[in-house]
Amino acid sequence: MFEPKIVAFFCTWCTYTAADLAGTARMQYAPNARIIRVMCSGRIDPQFVLDAFRKGADGVLIGGCHPGDCHYQEGNYKALRRYHLLQRLLEQMGIEKERLRLEWISASEGDKVKQVINDMTETIRRLGPLNIMELPEQEPVRAASLT
Amino acid sequence: MSKPKVAFYWCASCGGCEEAVVDLAENILDVVNAVDIVFWPVALDFKREDVEQMEDHEIDVTFLNGAIRLKEQEEMAKLLRQKSKLMIAFGSCSHLGGIPGLGNLLNRNEIFQRAYHEVPSLEEHNGKHPETHVKVPEGELELPEFYHTVRALNQVVEVDYYLPGCPPTPKLLLQAVQAILQDNLPERGTVLAPDKALCDECPRNDSKPEKMLINDIKRPHQVHVDPEKCLLAQGIICMGPATRAGCEALCINGNMPCTGCFGPTSKVLDQGAKALSAVASILDYNEEEDIQQVMNKIADPVGTFYRYGLPVSMLQRRNLAKTKS
Repeated sequence: MFEPKIVAFFCTWCTYTAADLAGTARMQYAPNARIIRVMCSGRIDPQFVLDAFRKGADGVLIGGCHPGDCHYQEGNYKALRRYHLLQRLLEQMGIEKERLRLEWISASEGDKVKQVINDMTETIRRLGPLNIMELPEQEPVRAASLT
Repeated sequence: MSKPKVAFYWCASCGGCEEAVVDLAENILDVVNAVDIVFWPVALDFKREDVEQMEDHEIDVTFLNGAIRLKEQEEMAKLLRQKSKLMIAFGSCSHLGGIPGLGNLLNRNEIFQRAYHEVPSLEEHNGKHPETHVKVPEGELELPEFYHTVRALNQVVEVDYYLPGCPPTPKLLLQAVQAILQDNLPERGTVLAPDKALCDECPRNDSKPEKMLINDIKRPHQVHVDPEKCLLAQGIICMGPATRAGCEALCINGNMPCTGCFGPTSKVLDQGAKALSAVASILDYNEEEDIQQVMNKIADPVGTFYRYGLPVSMLQRRNLAKTKS
């Protein structure tokens, strides 16, 4: 069975702490997310997302503080704005929008981490692997006749 | 001492880079006197066989413009690389993929379908499109293979230097030629333009507000563009922050925004992603609907942020697995 590879960028203050809570509470959930800790969701450069896809990720998850609760005041709003424009870009590039997901998860919401990762794993499993860097065979073009 | 041998070649190109050479005006006489042009299909009568018969590295410098789309272009790039000491990617197309690079949003079948079967200007639809081999009464004709994906020059051969721009400005070209003649070139692989963002040399830089925030995105034809104020501050998408300097802000001086033709500085991997990030960050909205409403005004994100650089971007092309053949 296809096991999706999901790269998750979690902000230190909220989402990463929530993931920690899920861990200490011994919650069981899909192991498909590889978590990368950033100080703030506003630190997430769209280049990170694109790099994850081209290095083989089937999905990218961004986790940040709820609007209004960002440790650095506005970082999560920047993340939200970038996320929307990036979604449109990915759409044009043939990457389904379900593959990039943004969630606000606060430090106490350990079970939301579990639920989001389980949900996203199944969604991506249904979509299938991305394989974005596989280039096509340069197949020869058949001959035609003008007469 | 013999004059250095120079070659010019064009691949998937509009011809503007050839014109940039001619645009040197009187300065071209100095260039032509100082070098020996041994191959330049657009202007001189040398043939591919002449290049094939040269020794390896016999050509001192080849300036190659245009992206690589056809098998023949790939072959010529490799041939010229073999016969040249220095290979310089001239112009946005060979540097980054250029405008032809936007074809990476499609594949060959879609392009041929549109160009040869669907365009309204087709006079008579005979249901045919170019093939690599065609039988005619006289025999069999060959056309080069048309790849699904457009590539920049450095995705096909080793490139020694890059002259950015669509096309490179005469000043930049002259500086490059002089550097070559004086053997005064920087480290191999360098882009021959300053390594800072366009904002740095933009005449409107001082008009940028302390905190840049916009609440709408406008296209240049939708507003009276203030000729003194920063374009981004006016809500017009300008690629200046994400684009290398060196052009002396020609477009801005024409009251039009930068479109990014010089590519990114050396500190950036993906120009489009950085520009997208910059534009999204300065939008002064926090609610999803407001954000989406303004973002939807950018009709074509790839065409806007990756106008010249799609082939060298991180994803390089639209996901082909999503192709409808």
